[in-house]
Amino acid sequence: MDLSFLQATLLTLLGGLPLTLNLTACSVLLGGAGALVLALMRTSGLVLLSGPARAYVFVFRGTPLLIQLFMVYYGLGQFRPALQELGLWSFFRDPYYCAVLAMAMNTAAYASEIIRGGVASVPPGALEAASACGMRPLMRLRRIVLPLAIRQALPAYGNELVLMAKATSLASTITLMEVTGLAGKMIAQTYRAVEIFACAGLIYLLLTFFLTRAVLLLEWRLSPRRPRRQPAPPTIRITGEPA
Amino acid sequence: MTATHPLPLQAAARQRTEPQRPVEKIAVLDLHKSFGSIEVLKGISLKANQGDVIAILGSSGSGKSTLLRCVNFLETPDSGDVVVCGEHVRMRRRRDGRRVPADPAQLTRVRTRASMVFQSFNLWPHMTILENVIEAPVHVQRRPRKDCIEEAEALLDRVGLAAKRHEYPAVLSGGQQQRAAIARALASHPEVLLFDEPTSALDPELVGEVLKVMRSLAEEGRTMLVVTHEMGFARHVSTRSLFLHQGRVEEEGPSAEMFAHPRTDRFRQFIQRAQS
Repeated sequence: MDLSFLQATLLTLLGGLPLTLNLTACSVLLGGAGALVLALMRTSGLVLLSGPARAYVFVFRGTPLLIQLFMVYYGLGQFRPALQELGLWSFFRDPYYCAVLAMAMNTAAYASEIIRGGVASVPPGALEAASACGMRPLMRLRRIVLPLAIRQALPAYGNELVLMAKATSLASTITLMEVTGLAGKMIAQTYRAVEIFACAGLIYLLLTFFLTRAVLLLEWRLSPRRPRRQPAPPTIRITGEPA
Repeated sequence: MTATHPLPLQAAARQRTEPQRPVEKIAVLDLHKSFGSIEVLKGISLKANQGDVIAILGSSGSGKSTLLRCVNFLETPDSGDVVVCGEHVRMRRRRDGRRVPADPAQLTRVRTRASMVFQSFNLWPHMTILENVIEAPVHVQRRPRKDCIEEAEALLDRVGLAAKRHEYPAVLSGGQQQRAAIARALASHPEVLLFDEPTSALDPELVGEVLKVMRSLAEEGRTMLVVTHEMGFARHVSTRSLFLHQGRVEEEGPSAEMFAHPRTDRFRQFIQRAQS
């Protein structure tokens, strides 16, 4: 074992970690917003909205992320004049934006199904109580449906988060130098695939470990079984009348 | 005797001025409602004045819950009118032919005036008891949060749950949850309280604590519509009873009289079955 080589490799590969984190965060945030919109379209009960959402999920869940990535980066390159006319070329020319876009669109499809499951799990009684006290649909969504749905969806969403963190390695195929990209480059220079990939794997392992911990912590924070605040010291009331 | 002399005069004076028209809180006129091909309500009318406690009785499937749910439009009646606190709820027909309340602002107003307590409590599981109680006043009625909290604490104190205000519903017993739900219903200053079988989901030993709260509400002169199987409550607490059978009002009248002298065979049988 060449420990000093391993150490050097690890340090070099860690240089790609910021980009890996950046890609993960951006695609998950964008994708999460898209997922919310898609899930609401799916559960709206209006064919005009649920139909397109269904089709979107069918396509983006049914095709490999790698192909989606190539489609955006290489595929759209064929329409360069049109994109230039629209002023979008500077966006699609940059592999970073292409990667974020492709991954966000992909995770939106998966996550929308997760959120839809969460929305479906909201107890009908909670909805009825919200309507009965005069809440309009939008407030009901904001105050009751989404808080309950997100709590329910969180464990499955954590899974999707881990999958996305690892999927960022595909961005190396479109020239981005994140952890896997750097590993590939080092292997081309040294031919020591085992050590380098082991180091890269270790970085992903640690990354997902912290991600799952973070999700668990969030789950625990949102779990409704624990008093949120410490109860105030007991006050002695003389009567039941409001003060 | 001279000292007491003015009193009868005052009473007489009050008698002359007081028989004002009772304030009508709820009026339901000729309500029809079908689910698919099953007609659940076949033309029901109902009136509740200020201070009335109306027990709605009937065997399961008689339409009593549906009637109550039509009053605050959790179910939309197919035809007929609902008037809540003098406000006639306007309806419109959607393109698919279904009738829906025409004015969302009016619907919110009506629902705020007629608060509902459900059979299965339906507290919001992600909020503490206090948060449940202040939710509608703060977010629907937009009253200052601080006032709402003060008021909610007084309400929770009244239903005996002051110590539980920072707990979540899941850790409370059924009876406690239902009392919290009653506090939640009271928090939006309703003029009418609707109870949909409030004790049917409770263990027998927890029924009493909920009935006690309901009785105290009745005694302070609140207007209440109560769908219930609690014959004791109907007989001794409610002012009037309404007995439904297969979507029609079979018998109605002052509760004491109705229970003492049932006029219809069906109601007589119903009471006997409930007692046995």
